[in-house]
This record gives sequence, structure tokens and C-alpha cells, in this order.
Amino acid sequence: MSEKYVAAAYLVVFVAVLAYVVIIGTKLARLEAALAELVERVRARG
Amino acid sequence: MRYFTDVATLARKDLLLEVRARDTLPAMLLFVVAALVVFHFALPSEAGDVAGLGLLWVAIVFTALLGLSRAWVAEREQGVQDGLVLSPADRSAIWLGKALSSLAFLLLAEAIALPAFWIFFTGLDAATIAGVLLADIGICAVGAFVAAMSTATRARELLLPVLFLPLAIPLVVGGVGASVVDGPGRYLAFLALYDALFATICWASFEYVVTE
Amino acid sequence: MLPPLAVVLFATAISLIFFWVPEDAEDPAQRIFYFHVPIALTSYACFGWGAWKALRVLWKRDHRADVESYVAIHQGTIFGALTLVTGSLWARATWGHWWLWSSRQLVLFLVLFLFYCAYFMLRFSVEPGPRRANLSAVYALFGVVLTPVSFLAIRLAEDFIHPTVFTRDGPQMTGSMFAAFCVSLAAMLTLFATFYSIELAGKRIDAQIRELREALS
Repeated sequence: MSEKYVAAAYLVVFVAVLAYVVIIGTKLARLEAALAELVERVRARG
Repeated sequence: MRYFTDVATLARKDLLLEVRARDTLPAMLLFVVAALVVFHFALPSEAGDVAGLGLLWVAIVFTALLGLSRAWVAEREQGVQDGLVLSPADRSAIWLGKALSSLAFLLLAEAIALPAFWIFFTGLDAATIAGVLLADIGICAVGAFVAAMSTATRARELLLPVLFLPLAIPLVVGGVGASVVDGPGRYLAFLALYDALFATICWASFEYVVTE
Repeated sequence: MLPPLAVVLFATAISLIFFWVPEDAEDPAQRIFYFHVPIALTSYACFGWGAWKALRVLWKRDHRADVESYVAIHQGTIFGALTLVTGSLWARATWGHWWLWSSRQLVLFLVLFLFYCAYFMLRFSVEPGPRRANLSAVYALFGVVLTPVSFLAIRLAEDFIHPTVFTRDGPQMTGSMFAAFCVSLAAMLTLFATFYSIELAGKRIDAQIRELREALS
């Protein structure tokens, strides 16, 4: 019966780590997009 | 020597302002008595004296919060904070003066609250009174410090309870222990330890709160 | 270098916990402890690191340390939340209650969790700049003093709050259990280090992009 709780505890940690990775991933995508935009602006300036 | 004169001047200024304005202290008095009445209705009949003593400490902490939320208002409204900081007084004297005047207000409020508690609930022994006095020092030292921090923010008085309450938990434990347990000695010693530790770091770090 | 190390340590820890360590007959939910305690210790490490960086902000006027302090405390709060959740699950599995006021470690964590949540409220209420750095640093250092004082308070409070102390705060560990525990602790600390450096790098790049944007417009 207590295996349920053990599993839940490990699942919570796993999900938290995964959620963190996803958040970092989206942040990275946003930074990449901002960087690309800036590169475009520099190129447009010539 | 100059340092302590500055502290006394600052504290006296706050007390004089209150004598003229007469807003903070009456509010604290009314609040604490009203709170005690609320507590009577909040306690089921089997609760007993011990529960009442616990709630006394709740009343003290929240009454102190009420007074502390106004502690730095005068300085902020008159833009005096910069003036104070430019003064030659050691920065920490500003904190100490404010802590002492807050302590005066709290003690005055308790001069009414403790007899009221005696009448409404149960008697108070010497250990409880000693606990109240020791805890007051900690409450006002940390409270004045944290109130200065919250004044510097956008949220102002909203932030004060949030910052203050976690720091006040050990004081409540010390105070309730001194009131309730048979051997109050170690709780009083613990309160003294808290006061010494936190007064020291408040004193040492106040300049970082008011300067850039 | 750090991320692969974290993965390896995690895989090792989980394998040891589920396949190698003997099961404790008295405490079937004990396996939670192999994660719960390392997460708690890592949380303390995060707050300690954050306090060290806070000291550098004030003492050396190193304002780059402000971001480092913030990230460390941010991580500490996340690990702290995980500590409370895993601790609660362990309490439920072992004692049937979702919370145990008699567990000193859990109660201490709750107090500190409240304290560090207030850190963020403080920080987000001030404009970015040296003022915010100083206020955050002072608050982080208060946390260092509050931790032992709160622990002492919680111990003292046991006399009048819970006359029956019925919790075992930590199992007695045999050699193999201790080894698994240490691997798990190493895994958690490495996880903190990994997330810490990634989050810092992200903030640094963010600041640089903002600078570039301003320079270009």
C-alpha cells in the first residue's frame, strides 16, 4: 500500500525536474528568437 | 557618546510626534482590547487558561505589527529619510532610535493590554511578564528593521507582516513557553539569545537598508 | 560536463535505491527518505550558497553576486517545496497524516520556506538596482541567523505543543543504505549545480541581449 506513496514521491520529483527543463527550454527558445531578431537588425543596417 | 545622544534625539522626536498626532497609540490600545474580546469568542469553553495565554502572544504580535506599520511613515511622507541619512549620525543609530520609540509604544499599549487580559482571562505570573518584556525587545528590534525594508518597496505596509511573521515565530515560542511551562528559565534565556543575535545583525546591517 | 554527471548520478542512485538496498520491514515507505533527506540538505546548501553570495554583495560591493544569490535562493525554494511535498508523502505513508507537527525537520522547513517565499515578495517589490541588491542580500543573511534560532525554538516548543513525540526523524542506516544515501545526495547536489549554472547563463544572456537591443535602437 505504501508503494503508492513511494511512487508518488519519486514521481513528484521527476515531474518537477522535467517541468524545470521545459521552462528552461522555452526560455532558451525565446532568447534564440530575440537574438535572431537582433542579428536581422544588424544586417539590415548594413 | 555622540552616538547615544543621536539615538535619544531620534527616539524623542518620534515620541513627541506621537504626543502631537495621537493616532498610533490609541489605535493600538483599541486594537488590542478588541482582539482580546474576539479571542474570548474564538475559544471554545473547554479551551482553558493555557489557550488564552497562547492567544495573548498573538495579540501582542499583531498589535506590534499595527504600530510598526506606521513607524517610518513620517520619515517617508516628509521626505525626511534622505535628510536623516545625510546626517552625521551613524546609520544604525536611526534604526536604534526607531526601535526604542516603537518599544515605548508597545510597552504603553501593553500597560493596558496586560491588565485587560488579567480581567478577561487569567492572571499573569512574573515569568510571563518577563517573557513579554524580553520578547518586546526582539519584536521592536526586528520589527523596526523590517519595517524600514518594507517602506523602501512599492508594496510598503503590505509587505511588513509577510517579512515580520516568520522572524517572529521564535519569539512566540519563547514567550508562550515562558508563560505556560513549569520551568520558564530556558525560554527566557532563549528570548534573550534571540534579542542579542538579532539586535546585533540589525545594528550591523541597517546601513545597507538605507543606502544604495 | 555537469548535466551528464547529474544524469549518471541519478541513474545510479535510483538503481541502488530500488534494486540494491534491502527493504526496511518497519518502515515500508522508507525509500522516500533516500530522496527526501538529500533534497532537504541540498535546499540548505542552496540557501547557504545564496547567503555567501549575499555577503559578497554587501561586503565586496560585487553586484554581479546579486543575481547569483537570487538564483541560488530560487533553487533553494524549489528544492524546499519538494522537501515539504516528499516529507508530507512520507508522513502520510508511515503515520497516516499529511503533516506531522512533531517532525522537527519538517516544521523547520515550513518556517524557512515561508521566510524565503517572502524574499521573492520583497525582491519583486523593488526596482532593479543597487537598492534591491542590498535589501535582498540583507534579507538572505537574516535567513542564516533564523535557521538555527528557529530550530532551537522548534525543539523548545515540543515541551508544550506535542507531549508525545512519536516520530523517527531518520532511520538508522546500515552500510549499504548509507552508500545509496550518499549517491542520492551527490545526485541532488549535482542537480542543483547544473540548474544553477544553466539559470545563471540564461540570465546573463538575457541581460546581454537587452544591452544589444538598446545599443541598436
